[in-house]
Amino acid sequence: MWTSPGKLRDKGIIGMNRRNIRYIGRYNNRRLYPLVDDKLKTKLLAQEYGITTPALIGTVTTQFGVKQLDAMLHGHRGFVIKPAKGSGGKGILVIEHVEDGAYVKPSGARLGLGDLERHVSNILSGLYSLGGSPDVAVIEALINFDERLSEYTYEGVPDIRVIVFKGYPVMAMMRLSTAASDGKANLHQGAVGVGLDIATGTAIRGVQFDRTRHDHPDTGHELASLHIPDWRTLLLLAAGCYEMTGLGYLGTDMVLDRDLGPMLLELNARPGLAIQMANGEGLRNRLDLIERQPEGVAPEARVAFAQQHFARRSELETSAEVATVTEPG
Amino acid sequence: MSRLPFYLLVGLLLVAGIGLSVHRHVALEVPWTPGEQRQVWEVEALVNFNAQGGPVLVDMALPSNQQGFRLLTEHTASPGFGLSFLEEGGARRAQWSIREATGSQQLYYTTQLLVAPDSRPPEVTPPPLRRDIVWERPHDTAAAQVIERAWSRSADSFTFARELIRDFGDERQGENSRLLLTQFERGPLLVRLLNQAGVPAREVSGLLLEDGRRRQTLANWVQVFDGERWALFDPATGEQGRPDNLLLWESSGQAVLEVQGGTNSRVTFSMLTHNQPAAAAVRNQLAEDTLLNFSIHSLPLEEQALFQTILLIPIGALVVVILRVLVGIKTSGTFMPVLIALAFIQTTLITGLVGFLLIVAVGLVIRNYLSYLNLLLVARVTAVIITVIAIISLFSVLSYRFGLNAGLTITFFPMIILSWTIERMSILWEEEGPKQVLIQGGGSLLTAVIAYLAMNNPWVRHITFNFLGVQMILMALILLLGNYTGYRLLELRRFKPVTED
Ligand SMILES: Nc1ncnc2c1ncn2[C@@H]1O[C@H](COP(=O)(O)OP(=O)(O)O)[C@@H](O)[C@H]1O
Ligand SMILES: [Mg+2]
Repeated sequence: MWTSPGKLRDKGIIGMNRRNIRYIGRYNNRRLYPLVDDKLKTKLLAQEYGITTPALIGTVTTQFGVKQLDAMLHGHRGFVIKPAKGSGGKGILVIEHVEDGAYVKPSGARLGLGDLERHVSNILSGLYSLGGSPDVAVIEALINFDERLSEYTYEGVPDIRVIVFKGYPVMAMMRLSTAASDGKANLHQGAVGVGLDIATGTAIRGVQFDRTRHDHPDTGHELASLHIPDWRTLLLLAAGCYEMTGLGYLGTDMVLDRDLGPMLLELNARPGLAIQMANGEGLRNRLDLIERQPEGVAPEARVAFAQQHFARRSELETSAEVATVTEPG
Repeated sequence: MSRLPFYLLVGLLLVAGIGLSVHRHVALEVPWTPGEQRQVWEVEALVNFNAQGGPVLVDMALPSNQQGFRLLTEHTASPGFGLSFLEEGGARRAQWSIREATGSQQLYYTTQLLVAPDSRPPEVTPPPLRRDIVWERPHDTAAAQVIERAWSRSADSFTFARELIRDFGDERQGENSRLLLTQFERGPLLVRLLNQAGVPAREVSGLLLEDGRRRQTLANWVQVFDGERWALFDPATGEQGRPDNLLLWESSGQAVLEVQGGTNSRVTFSMLTHNQPAAAAVRNQLAEDTLLNFSIHSLPLEEQALFQTILLIPIGALVVVILRVLVGIKTSGTFMPVLIALAFIQTTLITGLVGFLLIVAVGLVIRNYLSYLNLLLVARVTAVIITVIAIISLFSVLSYRFGLNAGLTITFFPMIILSWTIERMSILWEEEGPKQVLIQGGGSLLTAVIAYLAMNNPWVRHITFNFLGVQMILMALILLLGNYTGYRLLELRRFKPVTED
């Protein structure tokens, strides 16, 4: 049931208090938070810094502007409407394609223009933002996620969380939505977290509800073969977010598009600690190592440094081998 | 960035806090524990009235030594007024006078009373039996019948008084008693009837002493004599006996307060108990207020009572900080549990818990309906506030009807805070499901209970009230906790799987 502080320290696990005081408090200037708490600001900033994000189709800022929605969406096949200040997947409407004037959701449900207008109007009035403050609706192009990854997820686009510390990617995990998590990629709701090797982008270990897992609970696909294509590009994008925001301790959420490759989906100035569980290793040693590195290193060099120092062997393969050895009995 | 200034500050606070406390202990003999001590009550009477521009004479009854209490000191504050103390036949009174006064006036009278359970009560002379009682028709027959009825069911003066009062009680009220009550007030009426039946009796006024109460008024009791002995009866219930915390303020059957030349006069009482070392309680000289003796005790009593609660809040806050930083309990609303704990102090724990759960549960159901109406946030929370007030009123009335007086204390809950709690829980329910509501609601409640136990502990109350230096020590502790980067207790469980292989 319980472990000892000594064991956690040996594993290099950092707790909430340490994260808040030593990393967020020290490296994240509160003044910069709005850059990441507002998805529109993040997106515009990312475009300025050449960091790929899903293309911005348009924004709606006033109830009056809702009438222009039809014209704005014209000619776009798939798109996503989201509140700029939403969180936890609230108020996100994904339209996969348009068919004879009807907007079709991934589930197959069909919506009319009126439904979309009502949704946008709700976003503007603050229905999905924190504390009910008025908000802005952001409309962006749909991510067509890489089919190579489709066996690893159940509904919903899987995203990859990379913790970037002082511009160095220090730890990564992929979040696979499950039936239990209701298609959302939140670990505490039952999504599977898969720790990724920083050097290669392959799976190290999987956890669901804090317990080790070797396969996806819904698709049954084993996790050991999970490999993220374009891994170095993804790390470079993530690392670039340091220059872009100035935040020293940053959670970057990346997605893979079939055609456009890795993209930045959103940023988080207070990333959670579950990533340590998915990797079976604490952040402490890696953060300590990065703290000793000098400032002003270029992103390419930082990624190379991280790939060299944070390479890990998969625990899944070894345990899979053990399984095949013991099975033919 | 150097942490030196921080640790210097913490060290300074600790040294100053401990130094001040030790000084109070050594120089003023304030003990560390509330035990082995004499309990002293400080009671402050505040007379309020509107002077009408002419001469004013205020005449107020004062308490005397009596069973259970011994008078230690008395002070008055009444700028511009002349003052004299009168004593006749064992009854003490204070008279304030002034030639000319206009507008709202306040007169203070403060007394310190030593709790002395085994002090010998002074002789009380029974009032002369009044023979001059006349009733008008048809009250005369009603009175005769009521007396007759109670007389036949009693054996002596005390049982007679009890039966008589019960006949005026709600459940046994007969036609005769109802008729009499239309004409007379209950207290004077009972005294009249007792006298008529040949039992000496009078109405006295007493103050129920409860720590930290403010703006209290006197309650009336009926004192009944049976030869040598006397007994007090509650005129509402007929219950016999003197509660230990009853201080008789006026016991000669006279008016408590008479004001000539003023209107709207009333007297209210604040009270406070604290413990003093037996010696100091008897000596009881006021130490001069130097900076080092800086103490809450130099404030007026009403403010002292307020401060007694205020000084406990840091204790509750410390509990919250410990539970969040060291244990990792999630609460809904950071300091909401402290406010709930403060309410628990007024309501007592079980009543408080039941009340809290009832309000929040009913509130959640109604808030659930409100969410269908799609209201703006401010309007929705306001609607919840009104709902909470309605729930509280309803529960108060219901519990009173069912004779559960404890239910009335439900009004001590901070309504606006409760409404926000309900709002937050409801959103949590929608977004994260009932499990999170249970976790955070349970966490808040657990925190509130622990904060209550800490704040209600007699020793903690004694220390915080008597040693202001403790506040500095608390401050230092909280600064240190704010700097703690170690694991939380619950993280030892959360991260356990990582350490397993
Ligand atoms: N452009 C997009 N195309 C497809 N799916 C998207 C897109 N944007 C968001 N999503 C889906 O919505 C989820 C939440 O989006 P995100 O931008 O991370 O908002 P939040 O802050 O609410 O988590 C993503 O994990 C993804 O599944
Ligand atoms: Mg997200």
